[in-house]
Amino acid sequence: MRAPPWGRAFFKLNLRIWGLMSDFQGRDVLSIRELTKSDIQLVLKTAKKMVPIAVGTRRSRSLDGKILATLFFEPSTRTRLSFESAMARLGGRVLGFSGTEGTSVQKGETLADTIRMVEAYSDAIVLRHPQEGAARLAAEFTDKPVINAGDGAGQHPTQTLLDLYTIWDEKGAFQGQNVTLVGDLRYGRTVHSLTYALAELGAHLTFVSPPTLEMPREILEHVKERGLTFRVTNRLEDVVREADVLYVTRIQRERFPDPQEYEAVAGSYRIDEAVLRDAKRGLIIMHPLPRLAEIAPEVDRTKHAVYFKQASNAVPVRMALLDLILGGAE
Amino acid sequence: MKELRVTPIKNGTVIDHIPAGLALKVLKILGIGDSVTSTVTVTMHVPSRAMGWKDIVKVEDRELGTREIDKIALIAPTATVNVIRNYNVAEKRRVTLPDRAIGILRCANPNCISNLKEPIESEFVVRSKNPLRVVCKYCDRELEEIVPHIL
Repeated sequence: MRAPPWGRAFFKLNLRIWGLMSDFQGRDVLSIRELTKSDIQLVLKTAKKMVPIAVGTRRSRSLDGKILATLFFEPSTRTRLSFESAMARLGGRVLGFSGTEGTSVQKGETLADTIRMVEAYSDAIVLRHPQEGAARLAAEFTDKPVINAGDGAGQHPTQTLLDLYTIWDEKGAFQGQNVTLVGDLRYGRTVHSLTYALAELGAHLTFVSPPTLEMPREILEHVKERGLTFRVTNRLEDVVREADVLYVTRIQRERFPDPQEYEAVAGSYRIDEAVLRDAKRGLIIMHPLPRLAEIAPEVDRTKHAVYFKQASNAVPVRMALLDLILGGAE
Repeated sequence: MKELRVTPIKNGTVIDHIPAGLALKVLKILGIGDSVTSTVTVTMHVPSRAMGWKDIVKVEDRELGTREIDKIALIAPTATVNVIRNYNVAEKRRVTLPDRAIGILRCANPNCISNLKEPIESEFVVRSKNPLRVVCKYCDRELEEIVPHIL
C-alpha cells in the first residue's frame, strides 16, 4: 500500500533532528527550488573536493557496495554517462536502461510499478522521463532517494548544479556577478532553474531574448520578490560589455507549436568575435550544449569559452551529490 | 405571500450563494451522483440581492463534512453552508479554501505525469487564495482555468 506522502518526509525529518542523518543523506533531489542556499554551497564545495577523483588522479571507494539505478525512459548521452562515471569513480555500481525498448514499460507497466520493482535492486534511483512530474511521482513510491535527471520540459536540477559550479569555480562567487542569459528564455528549462538558483545566491541578472521568447512573468516576479534588480532586453549588443557570465541557450525547434514562429526567431543571436570585441576580459561564456549556430566555432579558441569545461564539471558535481545522498561525504 | 420555489428541508445541508451556473459543478465536487440515497434539489439562476443571480443546492439527510465543504471554495468562494436540523438552521458556515485540492482537478498540462494511468490522485497546491492560484504538485504548472478542469 502506498504510504501517506507526508509519512516518509516526517520520518526523515526526525532522523535529521536526532542527528542520525545529514541534510542530504537519503534525500530526493527533484527540483533546484527545494535546495537551500546552504545545500547548494555544500554540493559545490564537495564537488570541488571530488575533482582529483573525477579526473582519475586520486581513487575513492566511498560508495563501495552501493548500487545506483539509472532509469532513462528517453535517450540521453551526457547526463547518463556522467552519472555512471560519477558512480564508478566512487567505487559504486550502476544498473539500468536507456530507452524503454525491451523493458516491461513497453508492456504497459506504470512508472509507479517500475519504481517499486527497481527499489529492491538499488540504493538510489536516477530518473529521466518524458513526462513532467515523473520524478516527484517516483519519489512517492520508494523510500530510496530519487534524483531527477530531467522530466520533460520540467526540472533538471543536476544540470543547474553543474552550471552553478562552473560559475562559482570560474568567478569565485555569485554575489555581484552580472549573469546575462541569452536565447530562448521562455521554453528553456535550464535558464528557468538557473534563474531561481541565482536569485537565491544574489547574482545580478540580465535577460536577453527575442520578444516572443522572454522569461515568464512569474519567474521575473520571483526575482523581484528576492529583492534583486534585473534587466530585460532584446538587444545583446547593449549589455554584452557589462556581462561577467554569458549563458547562451539554443532555440529549440521542438518547443515551438508553430514552425513559422520558430523560423522567425531562430538565429536571433550569434556570439562571435565581433560581438565580444568590447566584452570584459574575464567574461566567461557558458552553454548547456549541444549548441547549433548560437556560438561561432572561432569563440572556442578564446579564453571566454568555458562550455566544454562546464560539460566536464558534470562528473564532480554528480559525484558530490551521490556521495552526499548515499552517505559517503562528510 | 411569496411562493417558495423549493420547500424547506427537514434535515440536511443547504449550500447558498453559489455563483450562477455553477451548481452542477458543486455537485460534481461533492461527489453527488447516481449513488446518492437522499433527495438533492438544485435551484439555478435565483435572484440575489448581493450577487445579482445565484444557485442553491439542497442535500437532504446529509450533513457535509468540513473537508467536503471546503472543496467548494475552489469554484464558489462566496458560498455559504447552512446545516439544517428539524427545519431550523443549526449551523451557518462560510467555505474556506483548503491548502491542497486532492482528486478534484485535472492538470491542464497534457504532458503531466498525473494525466497518465498511474495509481495516484491529482493534487494541486493552493499558492494564493485571492486571486485563486493553484499549482500542480507534479509538474508545477499553474492551472489557468479551474472550472473546465474539475474531474
